Amino acid sequence: MTDLAPSTKTLHANFPLRSARAHEVCGSGASVLASISCGVSGGQALWISPTHQQEHLHPEGVTQFCEPYKFVYASGKTQTDVLWMAEEALRSDAVKVVVAQLSKPIDLTAGRRLQLAAEGGKTLGVFLIPEGMGSNAAETRWRCSPHFDAKDSTLHRWQLIKNKSGTLGGWIVRWDEQARRVIVVSKVIE
Amino acid sequence: MNKRVVSLWFPRLSSERFLRARPIDAPFALTHIHANTQRIYCLNAEAERQGLRKGMGFSDARMLCPDLQTSLANPQADGQFLQTLARWAGKYCPWVGLDDDGLMLDVTGSTHLFGGEGGMLDDLHARLDRASLSHKTGLASTRGAAWALARFGGGRIPDGPILPHIGHLEVAALRIGDDMCNAVQRLGVRTIAELAVLPRTTLAHRFGADLLLRLDQALGEQPEPVSPRKPPPSFSVRMTLPEPIGLSRDVTAGLERLLVRVCETLSDQQKGARRLCFTARRVDQANVHIEVRLARPMRDAARIARLFERGIEALDAGYGIDQIRLEATEVEHLPFRQTTHHGAVEGDSMADLITRLGTRVGLENITRHLPSDSNIPEKSFTVAYAAYSEPATGGWYASPPRPLVIFPPEPIAGYSPHPPTRFQWRRMSFRTEQTVGPERIAPEWWLDNPDWRSGLRDYWRIYTREGRRLWLFFTPQNPAWFVHGEFA
Repeated sequence: MTDLAPSTKTLHANFPLRSARAHEVCGSGASVLASISCGVSGGQALWISPTHQQEHLHPEGVTQFCEPYKFVYASGKTQTDVLWMAEEALRSDAVKVVVAQLSKPIDLTAGRRLQLAAEGGKTLGVFLIPEGMGSNAAETRWRCSPHFDAKDSTLHRWQLIKNKSGTLGGWIVRWDEQARRVIVVSKVIE
Repeated sequence: MNKRVVSLWFPRLSSERFLRARPIDAPFALTHIHANTQRIYCLNAEAERQGLRKGMGFSDARMLCPDLQTSLANPQADGQFLQTLARWAGKYCPWVGLDDDGLMLDVTGSTHLFGGEGGMLDDLHARLDRASLSHKTGLASTRGAAWALARFGGGRIPDGPILPHIGHLEVAALRIGDDMCNAVQRLGVRTIAELAVLPRTTLAHRFGADLLLRLDQALGEQPEPVSPRKPPPSFSVRMTLPEPIGLSRDVTAGLERLLVRVCETLSDQQKGARRLCFTARRVDQANVHIEVRLARPMRDAARIARLFERGIEALDAGYGIDQIRLEATEVEHLPFRQTTHHGAVEGDSMADLITRLGTRVGLENITRHLPSDSNIPEKSFTVAYAAYSEPATGGWYASPPRPLVIFPPEPIAGYSPHPPTRFQWRRMSFRTEQTVGPERIAPEWWLDNPDWRSGLRDYWRIYTREGRRLWLFFTPQNPAWFVHGEFA
């Protein structure tokens, strides 16, 4: 128990994600972290994806993290459209969270623009990126994947792999639907 | 010059409107429910020949004429049809007013264009005959007399004293209500001439001023103008500039001035713009358009101006712009609302954002999910355009559990009804550790859904050793396994 407390502290220093910043998430459980971020923000969320993408959120599956009516979905033909929409939405005060799914790497200029837009509009930006394609301007970068445990089927492994204002770390976490918060089950020993 | 008025009456307007679309060569009647009984509303000539008449009970009519064909009356469509006829009648004169089942045309000074009054009436009759609309016309110096003539036989009265020409008509021709008509007839007064000779004071005492007013209007002693239809409101304004402009700041300033005027008109009509088109005419006569589609009807000039920013920046002014024009091409009803103490109405900023995004990617690409009543996982929600829908706060159910992410079914190897212990999916191999299921979902047989041609589905939640929690299904009628979604 003695080492659980500090690990919990380090996760909760970084999650919920710092508002008015742009963050990046990769891995197969990235949409879970994004949905939880939308849920805990308490406001409306814009979810931007490329038009060609066949995968989409199922509102009945979203209910555990966030009320589905808070989502507005937008789709853009190219990544430029997606980034443009993300910047517009980050600058506006209509939504609390902007989630954008990117398929190509973005350069430092684009990353910095998004960061400035997030700061200007006081909006949280969550960018779902393919593995290893982040931009250096991101506030934090996470790698998320579901974690198998014979006793608990709801665990996730969240690794903080980039952090501009703190230390890195890895945790096994669980979403508590009643308390509406993330509970750290254990720290990941690398 | 004395006034000349044409009254046009369509005795079978409703039934003929219906029969124009679906001609029936048999007795036909439209019915409506009046005083708790289904009654005949309008009927064609064939039905009238069989002894039916307007206002008769429907069951009586069926007894008299067993092969009567009927349909329900639609007064709203009749009204629209009459509006169309009024627009057509604008070819004879600009002053066309609506009357009950007819039109009133003030043709003063326009008859010579059609070769005199006779020529105009001939032309009118010929065209209405060709449209197979039965009609009666009356032409007189007053509205009342023209109405009386049209309803009671038709005809034309030359300019001059009116009473000798309409004196023989019944008092009902004076546009008085049924009650008053009965009361006058009970006195033994049958015709207008008999009424006109009675002392006015007595009449006023007995029947009120209304009867005398109608009589005077018919005889031309009281004026009665034809009130034309209101022109449809125009939501377009333009500004012609003395010198060409080219700076986007100047164009924005011009646009703001136009917007204020358009928004005032919108506000007067309790309308809101849904689509606006800004046209800039350049000095080389080329027109440049900027179109803005709004996520909700609006008439707030300052907010709409902000939505034009992007378009104006991209505008190519060429050698300069010397005329700008703004038109609300699509308007919707937007009633006045009580403003709240904090000013803005909730959801406005979201609508602005949707509009801004929609101008680039199209409003069709901005959606939200609404609950839908179906067990089929892909159809338990519908995708609605965010600009044309409101968020649905209730109606979401999470049991039985549904995956967070869903995608079109992706086949994996395996034919046995038991979940595979090892499988390959998206070039990754998985080992099954735990399974929960099956949950059987049957297709909606009453809808032909090509995705569900393979029949029943047994859904399994598969927890893999690799961590991922997948939603697989097996189709027992066509043995095969598919991955359909992924749980959180």
